[in-house]
Amino acid sequence: MTNRTKRRLWRVAFYVLVTIIIVYTVFPFYWAIVSSLKAGSALFQVDFIPPEPAWDNYASVFREQPFARNILNSVIVASVSVVLSLFLAVTAAYALGRVKFKGRGALLLIVLGVSMFPQVAVLSGMYELVNALGLYNTLGSLILSYMIFTLPFTVWVLTTFMRDLPTELEEAATVDGATPWQIITKVFMPLMGPALATTGLLAFIAAWNEFLFALTFILSNDTRTVPVAIALITGGSQFESPWGNIMAASVIVTVPLIVLVLIFQRKIVSGLTAGAVKG
Amino acid sequence: MATVQMRKVRKSFGPVQVIKDVDLEINDNEFVVFVGPSGCGKSTLLRLIAGLEDITAGDLEIDGDLVNDQSPSERGIAMVFQSYALYPHMTVYENMAFGLKLAKQSPEAVKQKVTEAAGILQLDHLLTRKPRELSGGQRQRVAIGRAIVRNPRVFLFDEPLSNLDAALRVQMRIEIAKLHRDLAATMVYVTHDQVEAMTLADKIVVLNAGRVEQVGSPLELYHHPDNLFVAGFIGSPKMNFMETEIVSMDNGLPTVGLPGGGTVTVPVDPGSAGVGAKVTYGVRPEHMIEGSGGDARVAGDVYVVERLGGETYAYIRTGDGDLLTVQTGGTSMLRAGDSVTVGVSSDTSHLFDADGLAFPRSERNPMADLSRDRDAMH
Repeated sequence: MTNRTKRRLWRVAFYVLVTIIIVYTVFPFYWAIVSSLKAGSALFQVDFIPPEPAWDNYASVFREQPFARNILNSVIVASVSVVLSLFLAVTAAYALGRVKFKGRGALLLIVLGVSMFPQVAVLSGMYELVNALGLYNTLGSLILSYMIFTLPFTVWVLTTFMRDLPTELEEAATVDGATPWQIITKVFMPLMGPALATTGLLAFIAAWNEFLFALTFILSNDTRTVPVAIALITGGSQFESPWGNIMAASVIVTVPLIVLVLIFQRKIVSGLTAGAVKG
Repeated sequence: MATVQMRKVRKSFGPVQVIKDVDLEINDNEFVVFVGPSGCGKSTLLRLIAGLEDITAGDLEIDGDLVNDQSPSERGIAMVFQSYALYPHMTVYENMAFGLKLAKQSPEAVKQKVTEAAGILQLDHLLTRKPRELSGGQRQRVAIGRAIVRNPRVFLFDEPLSNLDAALRVQMRIEIAKLHRDLAATMVYVTHDQVEAMTLADKIVVLNAGRVEQVGSPLELYHHPDNLFVAGFIGSPKMNFMETEIVSMDNGLPTVGLPGGGTVTVPVDPGSAGVGAKVTYGVRPEHMIEGSGGDARVAGDVYVVERLGGETYAYIRTGDGDLLTVQTGGTSMLRAGDSVTVGVSSDTSHLFDADGLAFPRSERNPMADLSRDRDAMH
């Protein structure tokens, strides 16, 4: 075998591998779209492109339950959790990354430790807390509980990022007369754009997809967020699973995430690689 | 503009004392340079003046005001950092205006001051650029501009030129000297580069292990070093030292033995030291004479010859095992392995006692008291 054919074979193998990966990652979403466009018994036929797309599923999702309201709830819960955790994480990161005090390392480990508990483990305790604060069946209960998994992660990433910002920058601002708050808002925050976008987006996705707390702390249809709302979509009888509707709803709630990722894509890439090279 | 006084200033990081009871007087309008080997505490001393580190003990006064507990901005100082520390997301204009805006100055005042500073530093055409679009020298000028607009009582420079390449460093050194003359400001400058120290300073402070070894004009330190450390630190290449002893006294002046059997009389006041006292004899490479000139001769073998074109450095191993550096002309025909003698002169010889302290010279070198103003153009 000549070198040339060998290289060609490698290239073919490489693209086969790429194709497998793409199919593996994209197929479920593609199948959801296809299924969402099928009505009734068409669901049980294998068509890779539905012969007559039925858009009715999309309309009925909104007709049969307060799905618009559910989407709004999800947007509120995810956005507020993200904004709150970013605010707390940035201020905490300044303290943990920049201020020298005793027990800093221990505190960071505790913050990380919090995220090691599985959700189920904190569920009952969280339930008591939510009840005690009078937040049961409100969006507040979800915002509060989602901080459990968004905060440790945002605090850690931002602390690492903040620690890598040059000390002299902070000192220059101090000499210029800036207070710590002004240093955070006017010097550090603009430089942390990529890190904020990355952690904010990941926190948003986590809050958007969360199921267990949303199922436990919310009682009424009007206060539900989308993952639970989708799971509770029912058909005409107990023997019928309305796959068409469920798939349509899934496609609808995936779109905002895709849009967000596309918007922040460039920032995410630079955020994930920031610090690798001194810039 | 301002004076700075330090009285018994001390700084400890935990159990480690990095600044040990420093007393220092900086006069109005003076250009003071802190030099010393790495880890000597020169940067820490500067940061104590800036207020970026807290003073552990002692008093620091600027213009007679005790400033120990004041924040950097209250002290009326401005600092230029080694890495420039420009705000990367702001334009040159915003970088310079940042401190003024924080001080809530009116937009007109800010604009006027920034424009003025930009004029002084020839940054006018760069005001809308971001730092990443600037060259190293331009960034350094912006950092200096940021200091100028604050109209500080004292300018502090922390190794500002060490990130620049050699050619730019010379150029910026000249610009800083000119700036000092134009602004007539008190400036404190930290460097490990002794050329910067010698050329810029009105007064050099030599630091070693947290202590001030000597304070004086550049030529005073060059001609009258107080001790072995300063003698070895100031001047390049380093002064040659030979361990020896006083062999006789001539008219009250000590005569010491040299490697190879010669002797030289050194014009210093020997104090209580008498014949037989252990001393260190010092002579600078540029004061050693290839051949048989001078008042006395040292013998040895040439170990290595370094030719720089205009001058030649020969490293000579003496019979005692000392390695001496001799600076000679570019046309020197010395070769490694040659057995040679080099001459030394009485009046360029230094003598240090067993504790490393210099014996005071009988006569003061006139260059040591030369005022810097003579060299500056007006």
